[in-house]
Amino acid sequence: MELSYIVKFAPAFLKAIVLTAELAALGIAAALALGAAAAVAIYHRTPALDKLASAYVELARNTPLMIQLFFLYFGLPRAGVRLDAATCAVIGLAFLGGGYMAESIRGGLEAVGKSQIESGLCIGLTRLQLMRHVVWPQALAAAMPSLSANAIFLIKETSVFSVVALADIMYVANDLMMEGHSNETNLMMVTAYLVLIFPVSLICSWGEKKVRSAGFGG
Amino acid sequence: MLASAVKVFSNGQNFLRLLEGLWMTLKLSAAAVSLSLFFGFIVGLLMLSSRKTVRTSTRFYLETIRIVPVLTFLFLFYYLLSRTFKINLESVTVVLLTFTLWGTAEIADLVRGAFTSIPRHQKESGLAVGLTDLQVQLHIIAPQAARRLAPGVVNLVTRMIKTTSLVFFIGIPELVTVSQQVVEVAAYQHNRPAAFWIYGLVFLFYFIVCWPISKISKSLEKRCLY
Repeated sequence: MELSYIVKFAPAFLKAIVLTAELAALGIAAALALGAAAAVAIYHRTPALDKLASAYVELARNTPLMIQLFFLYFGLPRAGVRLDAATCAVIGLAFLGGGYMAESIRGGLEAVGKSQIESGLCIGLTRLQLMRHVVWPQALAAAMPSLSANAIFLIKETSVFSVVALADIMYVANDLMMEGHSNETNLMMVTAYLVLIFPVSLICSWGEKKVRSAGFGG
Repeated sequence: MLASAVKVFSNGQNFLRLLEGLWMTLKLSAAAVSLSLFFGFIVGLLMLSSRKTVRTSTRFYLETIRIVPVLTFLFLFYYLLSRTFKINLESVTVVLLTFTLWGTAEIADLVRGAFTSIPRHQKESGLAVGLTDLQVQLHIIAPQAARRLAPGVVNLVTRMIKTTSLVFFIGIPELVTVSQQVVEVAAYQHNRPAAFWIYGLVFLFYFIVCWPISKISKSLEKRCLY
């Protein structure tokens, strides 16, 4: 174990952590938006849109991110759509994550009891008020554990970003591996992921506790 | 455009090679799933142990596996074993080792979850009507746990199949590796842009394989709600 080697290449890993974090944050935010939209369409049985949303969810959940990225980065330019690597990565992550987030949010929405909705309507809430004050808070509380599991899963999925030549953690690790010093590189690689994922995992469990109070009778 | 697709697929044995790649993907997944099931059950039961040290160490194993991407473990084993410990394994062995280590953790957690979700009164009622401990476990707890376990395990199968795409990084000729070779050959030898069709087809391959399995998992889940 050579400390000087670690000191020399730690900045490269730091840069990779920042890049991975940025792409993951953008991707997860987009995935949440996409997932919420798909879940709403499926939950409210919006004509035509719900079928489209279900098809999307199945497609996103049953194909690997790596192939989605290959298709976006190498395939689409052949059809005249040229995107840079970072855009591909974010779109890929959002596409994959949207499917998972949609399932979680839909599950949360469906977990809200019928009596809750009927009671809300009885006391004269409009549909919009009902969704805003009764259904969504409870649905999000119910969906929170699986939403945060998805977020961590998506951060881990970023490990394939190097296939579209993005200098993420695995890319830097792979690069350094060629130079020898694999022990130090391995150590930095694993540490980099711990630095990235551990805080998120903590925030998620804190968030779960926070929204649990919104659950009925919780 | 469509004509170019037909050309790409019929060129040489491209389509056949892709099918061979798919077969490799399926073989790897099947082996990894079987191994993970076997070890996962053992570790899962250990997680239910009454000894605290056993529970803590299995929990530590699970959390360690969960917080680091599978690809990282793949790299770790691929380089660590050969360079540091001078153990030279075939890359397929490294893959099976990594995937089993990961899958075991996932299955173990499912097993633990399934067994702890069985209400206490089931066991107590069984004992009350005069069954022995073994009979209770065998005839009352195990069948119910198995029903709750099934959807999660089937779901893990699709995740395994999708995750085998990572072995592309260490050059095993499975679906992703083959598709990249086909694209490269088409580009350099025939100057034909094949990426769109080939990756599109591979996308479809994964979907065709994983979608029915996801459906099975969903229907099992519905059947478990009683």
